[in-house]
Amino acid sequence: MTEKFRTTQGTRVDRSNVINFTFNGKSYTGVKGDTLASALVANGVHLVGRSFKTHRPRGILTAGSEEPNAIIQLETGPRSEPNVRATQIELYEGLTAKSVNCWPSVNFDLAAVNSVASRIFVAGFYYKTFMDPKSMWMTVYEPIIRRMAGLGVLPREKDPDTYDHMNEFCEVMVVGAGPAGLSAALEAGRTGARVVLCDEQPEFGGSLLNTKQIIDGKPAQEWVDTAVAELEAMENVRLLKRANAFGYYDHNYITVHERRTDHFGPGAKPGLSKHRIWHFRAKQVVLATGSHERPLVFADNDRPGIMLANAGQTYANRYGALPGRRGVVFTNNDSAYSVAIDLVDAGMDIPTIIDLREIVDGDLPNAARQKGIEVLTGSGIVATLGRKRVTGVEVATVSSDGSKITGNKRKIDCDTILTSGGWNPAVHLFSQSIGKLRYDEEKICFVPNISSQNERTVGACKGAFDLQSALDEGGTAGAAAAKDTGFGKGKAKASPKALVVEEKAIKAYWVVPTDHPVGQGSRKHFVDYQHDVTAADIMLAAREGMHSVEHMKRYTTTGMATDQGKLSNVNGLAILSSQLEKAIPKVGTTTFRPPYTPVNFGALAGRGINGDLADPVRRTSMYGWHLENGATFEPVGQWQRAWYYPKAGEDMDAAVARETAALRDGVGILDASTLGKIDIQGKDAAQFLNLVYTNAWLKLPVGSCRYGFMLKEDGMVFDDGVTSRLGENHFHMTTTTGGAAGVLDWLEEYLQTEWPDLEVYCTSVTEEWSTLSIGGPKARQLLEELAPEMDFSNEAFPFMTWREGEVAGVPARVFRISFTGDLSYEINVRNWHGLHLWKKCMELGEKYDITPYGTETMHVLRAEKGFVIIGQETDGTQTPQDLGMDWIVAKKKGDFIGRRSFTREDTAREDRKQLVGLVTENPKEVLDEGAQLTYERVNPTPAPMVGHVTSSYWSPNLGHSIAMALVKDGHNRMGQWIYAHDRGKVTKVKIVSPVFYDPKGERRDG
Amino acid sequence: MLYIKCPWCGERDETEYHYGGEAHIVRPENPDELTDAEWAEYVFMRTNTKGVHRERWVHSDGCRRWFNVARNTVTNEIVSVYKTGEKPDLPEAATTKPAPVKPATAKKAPAKKAAATKAPAKKKEGA
Repeated sequence: MTEKFRTTQGTRVDRSNVINFTFNGKSYTGVKGDTLASALVANGVHLVGRSFKTHRPRGILTAGSEEPNAIIQLETGPRSEPNVRATQIELYEGLTAKSVNCWPSVNFDLAAVNSVASRIFVAGFYYKTFMDPKSMWMTVYEPIIRRMAGLGVLPREKDPDTYDHMNEFCEVMVVGAGPAGLSAALEAGRTGARVVLCDEQPEFGGSLLNTKQIIDGKPAQEWVDTAVAELEAMENVRLLKRANAFGYYDHNYITVHERRTDHFGPGAKPGLSKHRIWHFRAKQVVLATGSHERPLVFADNDRPGIMLANAGQTYANRYGALPGRRGVVFTNNDSAYSVAIDLVDAGMDIPTIIDLREIVDGDLPNAARQKGIEVLTGSGIVATLGRKRVTGVEVATVSSDGSKITGNKRKIDCDTILTSGGWNPAVHLFSQSIGKLRYDEEKICFVPNISSQNERTVGACKGAFDLQSALDEGGTAGAAAAKDTGFGKGKAKASPKALVVEEKAIKAYWVVPTDHPVGQGSRKHFVDYQHDVTAADIMLAAREGMHSVEHMKRYTTTGMATDQGKLSNVNGLAILSSQLEKAIPKVGTTTFRPPYTPVNFGALAGRGINGDLADPVRRTSMYGWHLENGATFEPVGQWQRAWYYPKAGEDMDAAVARETAALRDGVGILDASTLGKIDIQGKDAAQFLNLVYTNAWLKLPVGSCRYGFMLKEDGMVFDDGVTSRLGENHFHMTTTTGGAAGVLDWLEEYLQTEWPDLEVYCTSVTEEWSTLSIGGPKARQLLEELAPEMDFSNEAFPFMTWREGEVAGVPARVFRISFTGDLSYEINVRNWHGLHLWKKCMELGEKYDITPYGTETMHVLRAEKGFVIIGQETDGTQTPQDLGMDWIVAKKKGDFIGRRSFTREDTAREDRKQLVGLVTENPKEVLDEGAQLTYERVNPTPAPMVGHVTSSYWSPNLGHSIAMALVKDGHNRMGQWIYAHDRGKVTKVKIVSPVFYDPKGERRDG
Repeated sequence: MLYIKCPWCGERDETEYHYGGEAHIVRPENPDELTDAEWAEYVFMRTNTKGVHRERWVHSDGCRRWFNVARNTVTNEIVSVYKTGEKPDLPEAATTKPAPVKPATAKKAPAKKAAATKAPAKKKEGA
């Protein structure tokens, strides 16, 4: 017989609708409305996992998203999901799940030997054990940690599901649909404001789904049904179920993770996105996120069958699944008594309630006594028995300060322990909103104190744990929030009347004593279940100097598991504070950060997950030709640039050797369309360029081009490029491929904020022009054929000029500039003519054996000439002088950006790192880019580093390797030998001029 | 993610903008006349304000205009947005500390933003 623990009482399940599922290879049945956890409970299955480090058997602890133990792998194959909480998975026909973190099975886990050796897994274990040598990290430590700690397994296959994102605005966003949230949404909705109500559960009602409460003299569920019906009828209200608000960011930006189809089973709704991330901008927010019950910390408090009291109540009341046959309740507050009463009513045997308080005389305890339940006061559970399931407890009277057992131990047989250490308001979202918390000494918990955004916190989330306060505060906040957005008058209707039983004060009791002092003997007091952190670990951390809560957290890893410490945070810092003998508010709490609950990467990626949508890809108009002709590509920013064009059998070196030779001896063609291009117009354009470039621009004739450096105000080179004068007040500026957007922003910044009186207009035209660079000794012949109307002679069309004309039948601007040192022309045509011109060049150039070349060859050719690449030779700390380019700095033209910084002490000193060339002692050896340089071969530790290699290539034209480097005092050290270091390898190199090829520039004119 | 009201385009997500550092720092007209220390003051030194900070933003993915924002660096509350060349006084509430959330036992209306408790800190005008 299955479902032995199913009662007839669960209110939210449909017993007639039986669902089959498999857990850890065994078949079970559940019913519609079950979660995987409730179905397991109904079948008496509590052992669901193994703990993280010591692999102790663990059971279902909670009934909600705070679950630390029941972490499972859902399904197999490409739709498999690791590390999902069984308490949040709605049961569907055929569901298959298994435990994570156990091998070979949950019943027989080999790594459980760790729990014998658990003394080594103490606080700071990772820091103390996996230290040196570094070589052990990747090879030994990492695989061990992965193997031991690895939770679920990611599917290797592509995710077949789709995920999407939605952006939306609303006046009032209500998070949490319990009594407070429903009241808030009702009042806000009635004003006509746009309201969003989201809740992580599959149905609205929050705590009312789990407890037996009375509203207006009727079961609370009737009020919930009426409220939901009214909300559903409002067109201005959006209701989101199965939707976790997981992030609360600046300016009321709230992200919600909605699980849209999970409850139908994998792949059951092919037309729908599986998950959706909602991005809400709300004018006002009402947080009604409720609270989490806090476990008590007692000896061996982690055995399967030990459950939070409210979880036991939820399983019995909501799902009709008894947590066991015979249970004891262990508490320090009144709320657990209602659990005992409900469980007795559901048919469970609850012989005893163990209460840490000396005096227990509230209405709820008295009602429990009337049910015949024994109440032991001033007592605690000092030991638990059993291994894969709790079989009994030892109870005794304990001292009020938690220091020792004061009475004789008594054994009580049971299969379930229901524990309650009080309640923590779920302040996570409030805290994420930068709201400040306050410690409430009376309620023993952190509560919201100071709001930072347009937000209101209501109900249990604010520490108002009684139902009437939740209803009142929710309604009031909903109406007020709507009014603040211009809807309604701000007055809520009278709220419904709840039947509230007064509760007596809770008692703070952080660690329950056992036979031995905490940390001695074999018994463990678990604080963080998921990361296996015990009270002893926290005490050790405090002794070892981790006095800040943030240090303790990282040292012990408390609260750093996937549950983010929802159950462990307050217990952990309370133990720390008692160790430090400081009040809890003085110790403070850790910062809560998104996500509140784990979010699938698929959902975060959205539609981009299986395609190219994650980041835009930019392609030139000749991209298709490059692709067809076998080019390999390299990404440059978002651009895809042709890297080299290997012929059959060629590797990169061979292809580059062929391409560079073509350039030096024949003719080559490069797609340079990705260069940034900015059109600059206006009567003050020349004056503006004079201010942003280091050289002089006022007298540049129309038809000429000039190479320039831009500096930041600190005098450091920021971008470079050639700018051409198209007309008296019209320039065409080029920038580096990667720097284009930054340069445009920067020009605009100065124009708009420093020199608004200058009349200059800047427009990005990068994508309007295709740029073909044709270079090599035979380039002129090809150009003459391409544009018979134009005169390409040196006299008519000298270096650093540009001409307008028709090239291959289309209008073009031809620039005579060179990044290779050889004769070279850059032809700009309208983007839509780019491919036509490229093909025409290939066709007419065939007789010259025209060779397309990519960025790699371009880099080699420019390095042979000592031309710098901004961002490769520079990193924002080089002046033009450092680069040996003092000639580009105008001495007489007056002020320009960065000029004043040249005479700063640090900028003017002579031993700065300067650009030089390097050749290796062995000409065949190619240095590694990034290799560090020293003056001496043998150095003291730490070695005095004097620079690094910025560019390094094999130069096929020169027949030896070449490199560029930044070397301290390099300009004064020409001819000296220094040393390059790369992971233990030392190479002797000579400092030379960075211009390796054609130093006199004789090849420029062809 | 901030929600910023561009004076030209209206309210947009922060992703459309770029941050431009502290506002109202004017480039000296004659840098050559400055000492190294004075020049360094202009190039490198910023106030690092805790509280309301006047700063520049540019609507890069929109109108490409630069403008100014007065933002509380503690709460990220945007107190004022204004065009380049302007420098309005900030509203009194700019430096108000948010009021505590009323304790859970209170039965009345939830916490409201309190009135100003102190005048905004005036910053010296650069130019």
